[in-house]
Amino acid sequence: MSQVLQRTSPTGTRTTKVIGALALLVMAWVVVSGLILTPQDVVQGESVRIMYVHVPSAWIAYLAFIFTAVASASWLISKKHSMGFDRFAGASAEVGVMFMAITLITGSLWGRLTWGEFWQWDPRLTTTAFLFVTYVGYLAVRRLEGSVEQRARRSAVVAMLAVLEIPLVHFSVVLWRSLHQGATVLNPNGDVKMDDLMLFTLFSGVVGFTLVFVWLVLHRQRTMLLVDIANRQGLDAAIAARQTESLVK
Amino acid sequence: MKDAGFIFGSYIVTLGAILMFTFATLRRAKDSSQSVTEKDKTWL
Repeated sequence: MSQVLQRTSPTGTRTTKVIGALALLVMAWVVVSGLILTPQDVVQGESVRIMYVHVPSAWIAYLAFIFTAVASASWLISKKHSMGFDRFAGASAEVGVMFMAITLITGSLWGRLTWGEFWQWDPRLTTTAFLFVTYVGYLAVRRLEGSVEQRARRSAVVAMLAVLEIPLVHFSVVLWRSLHQGATVLNPNGDVKMDDLMLFTLFSGVVGFTLVFVWLVLHRQRTMLLVDIANRQGLDAAIAARQTESLVK
Repeated sequence: MKDAGFIFGSYIVTLGAILMFTFATLRRAKDSSQSVTEKDKTWL
């Protein structure tokens, strides 16, 4: 069984298989419920269906960036400086950037239907775009020349600074006058005015996207380990070849 | 459904991005794993 799994995916395990299967099931439910079963919104009409993918992708992007910061801090604080922390940080940031891109694109499609414009330099949209660009920069820092330790140290510092933008994005609708609507579910008074099925579909989206996030991060960080080992082997082979060459001369 | 293009488009973008990321990750894992021994795959 494990050999079959290894042939199809070298980074897969039984756990990732279970998570993947659950993610597929929940995502299928979100698509069916979001597109067909849920009713129209009184104010937003049919465009509310975009919320079932837009809102969970934004939340999971936040989660991914917070996870990146926690893993980075763990790398910096831990005495052993385990590279596992660094790989988790990098994998989580990559997945977070993907979810942030989804948030921006689906948000602009929703904005076109609601505001008549794909983009407005509104506080929420601007801070979200800034957050996206910051994490693209974080990924660029990870690709700079240097050892894996240098990569880990540089990117950990950037991650610890970049995560400070998340409260700014989240509270931008409160701090400034914004076109973007305020929090419907996570509002301070806890009074959620939503149809039950709509709310259930939204939470299903959060669960489904979280499962996708966990699955992708597990696979991605294992892939990073494989790449690091392959690079190290390549470097070792190059050094050995150079030493042999100098001995022959 | 009114505005179906925008609504279906948002789902296609979402699922398409996740699928592309998934396939890219699995392909990279497959390519990188060929030179790595089973001992180094600590998750097994």
